[in-house]
Amino acid sequence: MAGSSQGDPVAAHGPVGVLALQGDFREHVSVLRGLGADVVTVRRPEEARSISGLVIPGGESSVMDKLSRSFGVAEALQERIAEGMPVYGTCAGLIMIADRILDGIRGQQSLGGLDVAVRRNAFGSQTDSFEADLDVPALGDPPMHAVFIRAPVVAELGPEATALASLADGTVVAVEQGNLLGTSFHPEMTGDHRFHQYFLDKVAARS
Amino acid sequence: MSDSSTHEFGSSRVKRGLAEMLKGGVIMDVVTAEQARIAEDAGAVAVMALERVPADIRSQGGVARMSDPDLIEAIIAEVSIPVMAKARIGHFVEAQVLQALNVDYIDESEVLSPADYVNHIDKWDFTVPFVCGATNLGEALRRINEGAAMIRSKGEAGTGDVSEATKHIRTIKAEIARLTSLSKDELYVAAKDLQAPYDLVVEVAETGKLPVVLFTAGGVATPADAAMMMQLGADGVFVGSGIFKSGNPAQRAAAVVKATTFYDDPAVIAEVSRGLGEAMVGINVADLAAPHRLAERGW
Repeated sequence: MAGSSQGDPVAAHGPVGVLALQGDFREHVSVLRGLGADVVTVRRPEEARSISGLVIPGGESSVMDKLSRSFGVAEALQERIAEGMPVYGTCAGLIMIADRILDGIRGQQSLGGLDVAVRRNAFGSQTDSFEADLDVPALGDPPMHAVFIRAPVVAELGPEATALASLADGTVVAVEQGNLLGTSFHPEMTGDHRFHQYFLDKVAARS
Repeated sequence: MSDSSTHEFGSSRVKRGLAEMLKGGVIMDVVTAEQARIAEDAGAVAVMALERVPADIRSQGGVARMSDPDLIEAIIAEVSIPVMAKARIGHFVEAQVLQALNVDYIDESEVLSPADYVNHIDKWDFTVPFVCGATNLGEALRRINEGAAMIRSKGEAGTGDVSEATKHIRTIKAEIARLTSLSKDELYVAAKDLQAPYDLVVEVAETGKLPVVLFTAGGVATPADAAMMMQLGADGVFVGSGIFKSGNPAQRAAAVVKATTFYDDPAVIAEVSRGLGEAMVGINVADLAAPHRLAERGW
């Protein structure tokens, strides 16, 4: 699957990957394929080295963290992020690319890269999960219908990172820093694929 | 623009969505806050808070009910992964109590003693989502019609015998596959035969899958059991008595998590299966007299 690009330090021309350790990765694969991308799932270090961009799905961030470290894919992905590979994280994926985690489980780590602190389960339990329309100026009109499921939020925004969308009370729920992109919510669930396209544009710009 | 007055809570998308996020994961039965901590540390994607695991309900007998609110709250306070709890079939007040306690999912479960031998809970009335058991497609669709946001195949809880789980997931998958092969005019009779709502039958025939996430449960005791359920098409697994009735719960729990993610890689499953110590002792389902089979509860 990794083909001739395996071991290439900058696989800018490879397929895009979706981290497939746990969570709704199949939905992301399907969205990206629908947008015309060549997509592979990523669970192992060699797969991480062959891709040109990565989507980290929704799921349980503490589980993804543990499995990514147990099977060595975390280290490989950290190298790729440092090289500037585009990464888009939704919900748990946003937690995975944040430099700092608030309210993580004991010993929880992240891949890092985004200069933000993300708070896990920031809205409360599942009965506090909700849907809402959200203005995302970088994506233009119309507003994006966003689904928040036991969602995290960006609690502190470092100087390197830019907020892309906020709730009415000012809570930041979408963020960008260079080739890294994160949302608290799940565009893979609603049929609005502008964030995925935005991510694929970043991948295309590097190749 | 967004403000909290335009936030929509408890929609089907939000309820079914949490189950989508649990996919590829392992949900573990726990009876104390300490066990919940072990489960979270081992990589559980959620825990099921209950007073007695199914193996103990089976051996001790008596009426099995919703857990003490103090126990559920202690478990919610201990972990930050989702916490599920069980209500008796048809016991809508237990479900109201569990929602008031802020659990993340309610399991309307045949493992507890049924409170209503005719009706299940009207799950549309709740903000909290429900998972329900099913042994076949018709039962799954009846539960979804009542508002279930997630289905688990039942298996035979508390046995450590995976054969019923195998039977139920295979049955559901085979019945889905059959629906996709029928012509449109045959779906009316198919709905009648399945005793399921026609609209849901048509949806399954068109999409080739349930409209909600399908986990499997009941008798999963080893990493290989979990991986087999995933290869048979489950979206994830529940492990009940299998972990905390075994010799080394923390290690077995972590091994089942890894085998669920790498369900298609026998080398990983072999590696994590080494040196786990005693699995739960188990009961062969064939040795259980019919009245003691929990999977037959639910209508």
